[in-house]
Amino acid sequence: MDELEQTILDYVIDEYIEDGEEIGVESPLISAGIVDSFSMVSLKTFLERRYKISIPDDKASPEAFDNVKSIAQVVRDILG
Amino acid sequence: MAFNKNARDHYNGVLQDIKDNGLFKEERFICSAQDADIFVEYPSGAPQKKVINMCANNYLGLSSHPEVVKAAHEGLDYRGYGMSSVRFICGTQDIHRELEANISKFLETEDTILFSSCMDANAGVFESVFNDQDVLIADRLVHASIIDGMRLCSALNESFKHSDMEHLEKKLQTYQDKRFRCIVTDGVFSMDGDIAKLDEICRLAEQYDAMVFVDDSHASGFLGKHGKGTHELKGVLGKIDIITTTLGKALGGASGGCVSGRKEIVEMCRQKARPYLFSNALPPVIVTAANKVIELVMSTTERRDKLEENTKFWRKGLQTAGFDLVEGETPIVPIMLYNAKLSQDISRDLYQRGIYAIGFFFPVVPQGKARIRTQISAAHERHHLEKALAAFTEVGKKYDILGKGKKEITEMYGL
Ligand SMILES: Cc1ncc(COP(=O)(O)O)c(C=O)c1O
Repeated sequence: MDELEQTILDYVIDEYIEDGEEIGVESPLISAGIVDSFSMVSLKTFLERRYKISIPDDKASPEAFDNVKSIAQVVRDILG
Repeated sequence: MAFNKNARDHYNGVLQDIKDNGLFKEERFICSAQDADIFVEYPSGAPQKKVINMCANNYLGLSSHPEVVKAAHEGLDYRGYGMSSVRFICGTQDIHRELEANISKFLETEDTILFSSCMDANAGVFESVFNDQDVLIADRLVHASIIDGMRLCSALNESFKHSDMEHLEKKLQTYQDKRFRCIVTDGVFSMDGDIAKLDEICRLAEQYDAMVFVDDSHASGFLGKHGKGTHELKGVLGKIDIITTTLGKALGGASGGCVSGRKEIVEMCRQKARPYLFSNALPPVIVTAANKVIELVMSTTERRDKLEENTKFWRKGLQTAGFDLVEGETPIVPIMLYNAKLSQDISRDLYQRGIYAIGFFFPVVPQGKARIRTQISAAHERHHLEKALAAFTEVGKKYDILGKGKKEITEMYGL
């Protein structure tokens, strides 16, 4: 796990996880009902503020945001 | 007319998937007025059966109250059937303004604007008041109509963990750079029946300069000493900037909703809210009946007091019997079953015993949190509740879930 993935994982745990459930970088988030399309906005906004980027809506699809690994990839792609 | 074979096959496939997943919703036909006792035809074509209704939003029992029905007749007789106009063209009668004034008086707000439903009020209000310089920070369990309304608005759609004040505070700190912040919550959450911490929310709102929005659909008319709602119960009358609520539950149960609160916000809705500008005015029958409802709830607390007594009796009865309840004090009393099929089976067994109570499961509630949601009414007499309690206990014994919690129930029935 690199630093980017760690940062995102920490945020996800803090922001969405209740009653101490354990998750890793490949745990499904949206398809498992941990994050939904409504609460996902805070994750997207966090990434945009933290990395000073803008994530277009087509890049923030439920598939791309389904686990920490692929979210990190979206950020990497935009950062170039 | 090009509803071709592809389209038909596609939709039939989708509908079949819904059925295969056990999520297909069917209506049950009620062949009587809404009340504690109803006559139901279920399944379709079956002979009518008299059952006790344990799942209506008829909290105050006003849906078929003779005085309310009489007032509706008067509306029909003196102001006609329909308005054939939106409000601002020629759809506003004296009684519409009267109702808006009465609701403001009851809720202790500055002004009120009526909508066709609370769904419409929630759809219109955010977009009329906020834009992309603002942030809306909503409890994650707010009603679907609020989420839809927020999505129609260009303000940033943020959220906080359900009733988690620390998380909310963090969000308020994050967005101090926004023009306006608005905290968004239900007063009473419809699935668990729990109450928003409006006192703490108002304190945070003051500290971090935020407005407060409350949808009080499941509280207006009975929560608080005079039934004004969650803001009365939590001691924050006059502090809520935007209240939306419905006339479709405790307050007569027909239809209609409103935005009530700061007069500038109400006026913004009158100028800009699309469901107000582009949808027909409420019909006179509903308006005169709703005026009567407000008069009734303001003249006596008898009905909300009876509802409170009934709720205590019901919660205590179920608890003593050994059901796994979501703790609380509102007339929404969920009996946790966790497993979707179990909730349907129990609902069916209750129906056989003359009790109408519906199982709720995903996607209406989260996966693995299936339940039967009972709702108490002032229309219930003690004999209704006693009979219902006996039936619930019998069925609880049959499925061997009494005295058991989540762990044991899911061990027996799965999640
Ligand atoms: C919290 C909440 N808000 C709004 C609504 C919608 O109200 P209406 O039926 O007036 O559109 C409901 C009803 O289901 C609700 O529970």
